Amino acid sequence: MESGQDNNSRIATKELTLNMGPQHPATHGVLRLVIDLDGENIVKCTPYVGYLHRGVEKLAEHRNYMQVLPLTDRLDYIASMSNNIGYCTAVEKLFGIEITERTNYIRTIVAEMTRIASHLLWLGTHALDLGAMTVFFYCFREREELLDLFERLCGARLTVTYPRIGGLKNDVDAEWLEDLYSFTGRFLEKVKEYETLINKNRIFLRRTKGVGVISAEEAINRGFSGPALRGSGVPYDVRKFMPYGVYDRVEWEVPTGKNGDVYDRYRVRMEEFRQSNSIIRQCIKQIPDGPIMADAPKFILPPKDRVLSDMEHLIHHFVLITKGPQTAPVGEIYVPTEVPKGELGFYFVSDGTGRPYRMRVRSPSFVHISALPALCEGELLSDVIANIGSIDIVLGECDR
Amino acid sequence: MFLFIIKIVTVVLVFLTHVAVGVYAERKLMGHMQARLGPMRVGWHGVLQVIADGIKLFFKEDIIPANSDKPIFYMAPILGVLAAVGSIAVIPLWDNFSIANLNVGILYILALSSVGAYSIILAGWSSNSKYSFLGALRSSAQVISYEISMGLSLVGVMMLAGSANLSDIVRAQSGLWFVVPQIIAFFVFVVSAIAETNRTPFDLPEAESELVAGYFTEYSGMRWGLFMMAEYVGMIIMSSMAAVCFLGGWSGPEFWFFSYVPDVIWFILKVYAFMFFYIWLRATLPRYRYDQLMGLGWKLFIPLALANIVLTGLVKLL
Repeated sequence: MESGQDNNSRIATKELTLNMGPQHPATHGVLRLVIDLDGENIVKCTPYVGYLHRGVEKLAEHRNYMQVLPLTDRLDYIASMSNNIGYCTAVEKLFGIEITERTNYIRTIVAEMTRIASHLLWLGTHALDLGAMTVFFYCFREREELLDLFERLCGARLTVTYPRIGGLKNDVDAEWLEDLYSFTGRFLEKVKEYETLINKNRIFLRRTKGVGVISAEEAINRGFSGPALRGSGVPYDVRKFMPYGVYDRVEWEVPTGKNGDVYDRYRVRMEEFRQSNSIIRQCIKQIPDGPIMADAPKFILPPKDRVLSDMEHLIHHFVLITKGPQTAPVGEIYVPTEVPKGELGFYFVSDGTGRPYRMRVRSPSFVHISALPALCEGELLSDVIANIGSIDIVLGECDR
Repeated sequence: MFLFIIKIVTVVLVFLTHVAVGVYAERKLMGHMQARLGPMRVGWHGVLQVIADGIKLFFKEDIIPANSDKPIFYMAPILGVLAAVGSIAVIPLWDNFSIANLNVGILYILALSSVGAYSIILAGWSSNSKYSFLGALRSSAQVISYEISMGLSLVGVMMLAGSANLSDIVRAQSGLWFVVPQIIAFFVFVVSAIAETNRTPFDLPEAESELVAGYFTEYSGMRWGLFMMAEYVGMIIMSSMAAVCFLGGWSGPEFWFFSYVPDVIWFILKVYAFMFFYIWLRATLPRYRYDQLMGLGWKLFIPLALANIVLTGLVKLL
């Protein structure tokens, strides 16, 4: 009683622990954040991951190389094409397969389409989280067109499994390329439309400028990659530094930000819309004719009509399907590719059998989530949402 | 007495019908603003959607959280609707027609909207959920701040009209609508009204991306429906206030065939213009952050409203 009267002016306060997720409208899947709040200020923010863990890396050890491909779709499920391409690029490097020119071009085109589709989803949900509802619908309108194009290309819209080790499932036709070209012609206007809604909106600026600042040095130290890193002003892009596909044969720039806040990361992705659009247009103009499958019979399935008509090919097909390629080189390899979220790396340990001895996925989302406490602590509860949106995470890829 | 009761029931029912119209208009308008159609399935172009929703809400299970403070949990949505519907009493629909011709009409509406804040706070508190709790805290802070600026913005109107009676205020605007001499007050009022009714861009108490659904996270079925109804009645009340205090209430242009249009049509048109503005904002703007909202209220709108009072007083003195 006495102490209570003494401390009348100082009422004991305690932080409020708020459990955000794994079911929460704004945590983009099943991210769980445990947040200690002092009023609306965040004292401590702890991310818990693993709610979408399916053991992709372990599963891969029990499948031969081509059977792992569909698993990679389910990593970053809104940019599955990029994962497929990343996986195929890594395996091809391990096997020493040279893919054909036409395949290179097609892969670059679909990878950039995926980048646009993924960024559209990001922009829509990011704006929706900040309360701007309409952008979401506008973004999905264009994303729908891209998904329709994917559907025409390979039959699937989301988990495409379109690339194959050493090539592609099927060739593209001229009509498809034409339709894609006309889409890219319209798309820049649409980007302007999104920007008119939020670019100079005072509320949007106040919600994003100076929020979630991360310096270039800290971003590098934390292993950031992709737009999240470029927003801090580091012009690192795997497509420029370790070119794969035909990124060294088309003209494009790496957009960077300056302040490393939510707004700069937003600007970087908006610029990437334009760059990806221009890459697709250049690729469509330059695309050569030719085969799509590489000449590497030891690793690639023989054509189906030959399998059904002669014995050698039938046996070859049978062995590749049941046991995997028997001549895989022994060794280790790490191959990064630039997916919409950042640097996606596949690390293989091969023991010469048809299955990877170990597959490790370096996923950008996992790295970015680990920086959430640094981004959020000391800021307000609403900023958590802005931060989660700006680092663009997908839990399928983080938890694997 | 009997006639009076009929009058009350009729007016309240008319307002509640307009809630349904408002909900339908919002869904349809926002749909078209967002490159989609809005409700299309129930009835012609979805006109019966609201009725279908209402029936659904009535038949949904009434879930009460185990650890909630039950009497308060039951009471909160009812209080909210009562406060909102109660405000209808003083709105003059046309000349000499309102349920209660109160001499302190403006104060009555301000008072009842404060009671509405209680429903939010009690709902958030009794739900025993942290999200509801945070939503309620935000709401109480927001409503207190913006009630001040709204009240202050209406002081200028009362000074010009020399009355707090809503009918007298409309009559005082026969020469010139108050939106012209009170343009600053109008601006402050519009923004405060949006904040007062928890609409975008000030919908922090129910910010779905952070607080799931804010103070009514734990509510479902018709109790949730009552909160929604309170929100829409609140929107209509605020739109009516804007029409009455700044846009000349029931008065319309008096030339050509316009003079034959009934007064109530003008009033409804003004209310709906304002409702459209509400919906338009919701489709366009992101949400403010809590501290920015408070900063805006205390650092910009309250000083503006005070300056407006001083200005109005000076002009009136001279």
